[in-house]
Amino acid sequence: MKITAKDVAYVADLANLELTEAERQSMLRDLNSILEYMDRLNQLDTANMHPVATCTEERSNGAAREDILEGLRKSLSREVALQNAPDTDGKFFRVPKVIERQ
Amino acid sequence: MDLRSLTIEAARSAIQERKTTATALAEEHFANIEKLDPQIGAFLTLSHKRALAKAAEIDDLAAMGEKLPPLGGVPVAIKDVMVTRGVRTTAGSKILSHYVPPYDSTAVARLEAAGAVVLGKVNCDEFAMGSSNENSAWGPVRNPRDLSCVPGGSSGGSAAAVAADMAVAALGSDTGGSIRQPASFCGVVGLNPTYGRVSRYGLIAFASSLDHVGPITKTVKDAAIVLGVIAGRDAMDSTSADVPVPDYLSELGKPVRGLKLGIPGEYFGEGLDGEVRKAVEAAIEKLAQQGCDIVPISLPRTKYAVPTYYIVATAEASSNLARFDGVRYGYRAKDAHTLAEMYCRSRDEGFGPEVKRRIMLGTYALSAGYYEAYYLKAQKVRGLLAQDFEEAFKQVDAIVTPTSPTAAFKLGEKVDDPLAMYLADIYTVTANLVGIPGISVPCGETKDRLPIGLQILGKHFDEATVLKVAHGFEQAQA
Repeated sequence: MKITAKDVAYVADLANLELTEAERQSMLRDLNSILEYMDRLNQLDTANMHPVATCTEERSNGAAREDILEGLRKSLSREVALQNAPDTDGKFFRVPKVIERQ
Repeated sequence: MDLRSLTIEAARSAIQERKTTATALAEEHFANIEKLDPQIGAFLTLSHKRALAKAAEIDDLAAMGEKLPPLGGVPVAIKDVMVTRGVRTTAGSKILSHYVPPYDSTAVARLEAAGAVVLGKVNCDEFAMGSSNENSAWGPVRNPRDLSCVPGGSSGGSAAAVAADMAVAALGSDTGGSIRQPASFCGVVGLNPTYGRVSRYGLIAFASSLDHVGPITKTVKDAAIVLGVIAGRDAMDSTSADVPVPDYLSELGKPVRGLKLGIPGEYFGEGLDGEVRKAVEAAIEKLAQQGCDIVPISLPRTKYAVPTYYIVATAEASSNLARFDGVRYGYRAKDAHTLAEMYCRSRDEGFGPEVKRRIMLGTYALSAGYYEAYYLKAQKVRGLLAQDFEEAFKQVDAIVTPTSPTAAFKLGEKVDDPLAMYLADIYTVTANLVGIPGISVPCGETKDRLPIGLQILGKHFDEATVLKVAHGFEQAQA
């Protein structure tokens, strides 16, 4: 599958990355060479295979538990939760206005 | 105290027997860091206060004649992808330059509960993405055995710290070989436990189905000690296994005679450096002399492991790294006018090139129209790879291979060719895809005196056999 500059722009948008022009060029080159290599997976017949996430799932009792309240676990205080934030008003994380994209 | 070859056991008993103190030991390591690290670049943040407070605690116990916990007074380094409360944690990235976590990783908490003295956070490839520690936003780490060479990655700082005696042990993380390969390049021991054996709580996620936390140490016995301390179910990590933790040390001394070791032809083909091949073959011969049965086996789908890995890992990474958006923590771009602009510029300015490359690859592999061709396909191939290992483990108890096709390469040698860098992970990625444990132990040197690593892979949750074979080999070398 050959990637085009348009694909790079589309994927960068999905990934929330504002790439520079130079980055777009090298990304085009790198992605194409890597994806070409990935195509060899098509040599394998996987028609009867289920997708595998992890091979040890049974031993962790699955990742879900019963939907019951296990008691209140300690939560981070508001002060601590805001500690690493670039901008807050003391109560909330503060960010630029959300503006609809055209 | 002579820091060279100071093991966990030696450190702990020296403190217990009052031959030295935990405080003196910590200070000696800090002095060694000050002396050597300017050339090596392993440490990103030192935690003097925390280290000396723990050391004082241990010294009080020793002074009262109390039995010290298993890691009492042992100086350790923590890979900077694991959060440490109150101690800056960067994941090797500029996007987290000033991030100070409000909590500890479970693995770190367990180490400290067992008496370990955390000296600081060590350098790594950014978000654990890399095989040479050249992708760190904070500069590369150099191999203590040859400063013109890479230490391997992504746990390059962890391996270098232990190899240079700047720490007695370190924690690393392994997603595609990031504990084993740097251990191999630096001439130390690196253990990658079974998926779910050690809690990932507090490990800044790269690929959630492939990430493992594990020890990098000077000896196999030390790796067994650390594993015993950090392994076990954790309520905070729902993927952590509810499997009892055996007494790894009790298995170590038992003879390896009669164990069946599989040698997969696919790991000894083209691309394997001649000197590495010689050293690994000699190691296998040594194991045969100790009474192991050497069984040729085949892992036929080996050549599909690297593309499978790079689709699964990058797809999961693209999802995991979505959280770095400048809102709650980390770098935020200046003067963004809209929320969207803030997200996009913060991420582009904060992440390094390899991270962006992998996010792009992963996003593409998961996007509408391509999800089936890439991610779903890769997850199915993963099942086929698991079948290869299931078949093999019907015939053998463990599998022995080189850890890496080459010894440490020169800094800068592979940076311009990302694909070439990825291909060098061929012997290690399979373990992560299938979730099995593996260890790398030193088994010789090249003519340039660069270390060579022997890899031993085992069945799920059979770290005991992996450690036993590794220990048997290590002792036979002595």
